[in-house]
Amino acid sequence: MSFINYSSREINCKIVYYGPGLCGKTTNLQYIYKKTNPDSKGKLISLATETERTLFFDFLPLALGEIRGFKTRFHLYTVPGQVFYDASRKLILKGVDGVVFVADSQIERMEANIESIENLRINLAEQGYNLDNVSFVVQYNKRDLPNVVPLDEMKKALNPRGVPDFEAVAPDGTGVFDTLKAVAKLVIMELKKRQESG
Amino acid sequence: MLGSDLVMYEEEFKLIDAELNRLLAQANGKVVFLVDKNGQLIAATGETENLDTTSLASLTAGNIAATGGMAKLLGEKEFSILFHEGQRDNIHISIISQRIILVVIFDQRSSLGLVRLRVKKSAEVLGAIFGQLLQKVESGKGAGKSGDSPFAEITDEDIDKLFG
Repeated sequence: MSFINYSSREINCKIVYYGPGLCGKTTNLQYIYKKTNPDSKGKLISLATETERTLFFDFLPLALGEIRGFKTRFHLYTVPGQVFYDASRKLILKGVDGVVFVADSQIERMEANIESIENLRINLAEQGYNLDNVSFVVQYNKRDLPNVVPLDEMKKALNPRGVPDFEAVAPDGTGVFDTLKAVAKLVIMELKKRQESG
Repeated sequence: MLGSDLVMYEEEFKLIDAELNRLLAQANGKVVFLVDKNGQLIAATGETENLDTTSLASLTAGNIAATGGMAKLLGEKEFSILFHEGQRDNIHISIISQRIILVVIFDQRSSLGLVRLRVKKSAEVLGAIFGQLLQKVESGKGAGKSGDSPFAEITDEDIDKLFG
């Protein structure tokens, strides 16, 4: 649920990075933080454990610029990927405008990917959203590793709807901004559609 | 407004801003701000110059969401007031109309009792303003339906430009 402020001429949208534990959600945000102009970003807030596993969420506010005189801000969140943090994951999906599913391309994590995307579907439904029509982008991360699942197999398992999807190597930034750009575009176009239909 | 986008217009924003300023003065607070339950900062007033209000807003909403989750597990609808006491500053958080979060930061110049009293009064006023806003959005009288809407002629190129 975006926030459109006609008084300060701002549009704020919420994007959530979802996926199994250690798939690289936080790394995506860290790369975006590193590469963004200091004027257009806020602090990267990480609520993590001492071993740097996300405990509640990471949060990065990004001011991207203006669209038709309206300042456009995206609030990027990650969820904790570990299975037992499900209660926290649900909370972060509240009011989401767009979802990025970060998949771990390693063969041994395929089951975790599928479990996580099913969990996303259930948790979205609890908030009144349907994964089949929410603004959604898939990222196949860790493509640089030797033991990866072939791309077409990953597409078949994780992206039957055929939403925009990208191969990525999050630590060096490959595919990171393509993913963000794609989800931002879907979110804004969806907002436009909703405004037009009233 | 529940279940749809939050929209703010000039008229209501002025009313909200005035009420927050009144609360700030009457409660002797340092900072007063309003956050949407999804973590979007709606308005802020007081000593905000050196304060990261965007992050505070997001963490406040996370806090309320976590507390709400605890309430559910106990069979409560919500915990409508949270209070955090620090050595220097304290934070009073309350939920208005089940969707908006009102935050007051105060120090020893004020007291929890005074803040609670003033927040209660302001909550009624703010609740009414948001009620009015909701009606406006639902009846489609707002600027969003006119040519002023930023979405009217938005194109792929506009979005591409955002990323330079």
